[in-house]
Order: sequence, then C-alpha cells, then structure tokens
Amino acid sequence: MTDLAQPSPAPRGLPPRFERPSLGAFAAYIVVALFFAWSLHGTGVSLGDFFGGFPQMGRLIGEMLPPSTARLDAVGRALLETFQMAFVGTVVGVLISVPIAVLATRHLTPHPVFYHSARALISFFRTVPDLVWALLFVVSVGLGPFAGTLAIVVDKIGFCGRFFAEAMEEADRGPQEALSAIGASKLSLVMCAVIPAALPSFINTSLFSLEKATRSSVILGLVGAGGIGIELKVAMDLFNYDEAATIILAIFALVIVVERVSDLLRRRIL
Amino acid sequence: MTMEPASGVPLAMFRDATSLDEAGASRAFASQAAIMPVNEKAAREPDLVVRGLRKSFDKTTRVLDGVDFTVPAGQSVALIGANGAGKSTLLRSCLRLIEPDAGDVRLLGRDMRSLKARELRELRAEIGFVFQKHNLVPRLSALTNVLHGALPRSALARPWFQSCAPKSLRDEALACLERVGLGHVAARRADKLSGGQSQRVAIARALMQRPRLMVADEPVASLDPSSGEEVMRLFADLIRREGLTLLFTSHDLSHAIAYADRVIALRRGSIVLDAPSSELNVATLRALYD
Ligand SMILES: Nc1ncnc2c1ncn2[C@@H]1O[C@H](COP(=O)(O)OP(=O)(O)OP(=O)(O)O)[C@@H](O)[C@H]1O
Ligand SMILES: [Mg+2]
Repeated sequence: MTDLAQPSPAPRGLPPRFERPSLGAFAAYIVVALFFAWSLHGTGVSLGDFFGGFPQMGRLIGEMLPPSTARLDAVGRALLETFQMAFVGTVVGVLISVPIAVLATRHLTPHPVFYHSARALISFFRTVPDLVWALLFVVSVGLGPFAGTLAIVVDKIGFCGRFFAEAMEEADRGPQEALSAIGASKLSLVMCAVIPAALPSFINTSLFSLEKATRSSVILGLVGAGGIGIELKVAMDLFNYDEAATIILAIFALVIVVERVSDLLRRRIL
Repeated sequence: MTMEPASGVPLAMFRDATSLDEAGASRAFASQAAIMPVNEKAAREPDLVVRGLRKSFDKTTRVLDGVDFTVPAGQSVALIGANGAGKSTLLRSCLRLIEPDAGDVRLLGRDMRSLKARELRELRAEIGFVFQKHNLVPRLSALTNVLHGALPRSALARPWFQSCAPKSLRDEALACLERVGLGHVAARRADKLSGGQSQRVAIARALMQRPRLMVADEPVASLDPSSGEEVMRLFADLIRREGLTLLFTSHDLSHAIAYADRVIALRRGSIVLDAPSSELNVATLRALYD
C-alpha cells in the first residue's frame, strides 16, 4: 500500500473481488446496457429468425453448386476491369499523394496555410467512405469504371497522404540538416534526403493500398461504378445463384493473388 | 579557479572593444593580424567575426552567454569545452541553423542577420559542415551523397542522383572521393560503409562544395581511436593544402593542439581561454575541465 493520503490504514488480507463503482460510473453502465437492449430491438436481432434462416441458406448453397461456367469470359473481363480500376486508381492516387503529403508535413511545408489546407483535404477525403465518392462520381462522370477509378484515387489520397506525411515526419533529421547546411533548397531536401529515407514506408503503404483498392473496387460495382460488383448484383437479382458463386470465387481468387504478389514484392524490395 | 585567458592571448584585447560595427571589427582585426600566424590570405577580411552572441533554449539557462571571437582567413581553430558547454550551439548559430537571440555574426564578409533565405543558402554553400554523425543519406550511393555538395550551385535536380548528373559534376564528385581515398566505393550505398569511410565521404561532400571555410562538429568523435586519428589527419591535411579556414570542436585535446593553430575553450556559454596552440599543452587544457 503506497497511498500515503489514505487516512485510515487499509484492511489487511485479500482485496475485495469487485471494486464498488462510483455513482456516476454505475449510472453510465446502466445507460449503456439500456441502449444496447434498445439497439437489439432496433436491429431486429432474433435468434428465431437466425435459425429459421438455416434451411434457406442451405437451399441457396445448394443452388450455387456447382458454380456455373456459362459466362466465364464475361466474368473474366469484369474481373480484369476490377483490377485495372484498382491499379490505375492506386498509382494515380499515390502519385498525387506525395506532393500533398509534403505540404502536410510540418517541417517541410512552405507555409502553415498549406499545412492546414493539406491536412484538412486529407482528412476530408479519408472520412467520406469510398462508396459515397463512387456515388458522387457516377452522377458527375457517368456509370462505368472511370467513376470507380476516381473514387479509388480520392480514397488513396486520404489514406496514403496521411501515412506518407507520417513517414516523412519520422525520417532521420540528420541528413536533412546536413543538406540544409550545404544550402540546398527545400525541394532538393525533399527529393534527396526525405523521400529516399521514407521510400520503404511509401512502398509498403502503396502495396497495402493496392490490396485495399482491389477489395473496394469489387464493392464499387454495386453502385454502377464499374468492375465485377455489378455482375454479382445482376446474378443475385436474377436468382442465378450458380453464376453468383462463380463470381464470388473469382473475386476471392483475385484478392488472394493480389495479396500474395504484394507480399512477395514487399519482401523483395524492402 | 581563474578562467580568464592568460595575458598576451590575442582576443583578450578586444573583448572590451565596445564598438561592434564593421569598422570596429576590422580595426580589431588589424591589431590582431600582427600577432596571428600570417599567411597570404590574412590580408582579407576575417572569415568569421562573432560579437556578443547569446542563445538560450529556455528561460533559466544561457547556452551562449556573450561570445566574441574572430577567425582570420586560413586559420585553424579548435573549440573545446565540456559536454553542454555550448560548442555545437555556437557552430549552428554561426550558420543560423539555429537562430541566436542576440549578437552579430559576420561570415565570409556577410552580415548573417540581414540575409534573406536565398542569400543565406548561397552563403551556406561556401561553407563545408562536417557533423559528428556523418549524416549521409543512407539509401543513396557514396557518389550521389558527394554530388549533393553541388546542390546549391547547379541547375535544379541535376545533382539529385548521380544517374542524372552531368559528366563534369560526376567527375568532380569522383575526384573528391579520391581525395579522401575512397574512389573505389563510389557506387556503394552509404549505409554499407564503415564509420570511418562514412565520415570521409562526408568530408568529400564538404569538399564538393568548393568551400572557403570548413566547420566541423566533433568530426571524429564517433570513430575508434585509430581511424579517428587517421580521418582527422586526412581532414587537417586537406584543409592545409587547400588553404581553407577551419573551425572544429573536439573532446580530444591532443587533436585540438595538433591540428589547430589556435584553441578556444568554452565554459557554460562563455569563452574562458583563447590562445595559440603552440603555447598550450594537454595538461593546461585538461585543467579547464575541473
Ligand atoms: N535544440 C535544443 N533544445 C533545447 N536545448 C538544447 C538544444 N540544443 C542544445 N541544447 C542545450 O544546450 C546546451 C548546450 O548544448 P550543446 O550541444 O551546444 O553543447 P556541446 O558543447 O556541443 O556539448 P557536447 O560536447 O555534448 O556536444 C545543453 O545543455 C543542451 O541541453
Ligand atoms: Mg556538441
């Protein structure tokens, strides 16, 4: 017992199993528990429905097997388009992220105004979900993969901008100070000392982005922003469950391949 | 113990000179030139004139507490003092890598306080700075690191990487590496070099600047005694052969005496000794630390 402020000596022996909560904490527990109960009701959670759904799920799986091979070429094309969206979106997003991240790095930014604007832009791009961006771009540039690619670009700026800035902030200051002492300009400083130091982290973040973009480009199709998602939606809507199964398997394969390859590159490059 | 410099020590005479204007500084220099080792460059304005330099990082302690000294062109000056005495702060303040609170610094004839960002960069380009930690960019080759010494005087982007530099610059960078005996590691990544090699590449990078003045903050403190000795000798030889001015800090008192014309000792931000190294020995300097 080290609490010297305690007026009376602490009772010897075991401490109680449970601390008695303060009145405020007790009230908070009650409120949270009540809100949870209310939310259970609000979301219609019901064990009966859950178990009642089993036969239906069984029927669905039955209809999915064996997966259909009828539209393999269309599924393949949609899958390729999905990956192309992810790839182009990531590359363009990463390229745009670098200068924005430089502005969002405290010691590299030319002026605090740029710093705060870049930070605000990055958080805005990050906090609005990519599906919302896709909806907006579908309206502005029309249905199709271009809208989805734009959504991925914006999402990548929000993601990479933040992590690139962090990596540059953490880069060793010694070489940077040496180049300042030589009289190098800020741009030279960024190119010669900061980016080389942050490069492994940039590559890692970009590869991770590509994996993330591959998964999200599947979903973007659901709102008509190109890619395989629309095929899946149509197959489900038309009750072509065997075709849906093929599409799900194809998506699964694509995501696995992208993850594996990016893992391999990561190990080779870093 | 008394910390005032012995009589006859050159700078003692103008520590009480109150006039800090240019005329005063050059008058003071004129009287000093008669005592200082004379070489052919001594006729020009001193390379570094520091007057009343003050700096504190917090309210309680003055890291630099009114520092005055002058370094004439071509002279080698060693700056010694205990840990935290303010040596690094002094060197950085001279280049305005940190902003001093008060005082004047004239570097290569320019008033440091009046310089705009661009002029400051141009001035820094003429001063080689060697750090205790070599501060090379680890993932770039030795040659590229040396090329960076030419950053301020070349077209933007040309010396960023050796692959895009013009032949004349690549040749010059290789020549600088050869002068520190490292022509054979030009292509090697900086993080694959030994400590001694890295420090020599850092010296080559400073030579690439074609500097008039070299500033070095404990240039060999991170090296083992034998490579430290070797690098320090190489460095001092290069400086002497090029006729450069040198200001370096060191905790190695024998280096200070052997490689400098003059030793300045700093204690809690003030100069407590300023004497030609020929009048000093390790024991007298050692006594300053007690
Ligand atoms: N950027 C900084 N912020 C706050 N305090 C600092 C900073 N740089 C130096 N100091 C303080 O200033 C004092 C002098 O430091 P300085 O590095 O100049 O000493 P030094 O003589 O170079 O010492 P050493 O021999 O250890 O290198 C120290 O007390 C240090 O803590
Ligand atoms: Mg120091």
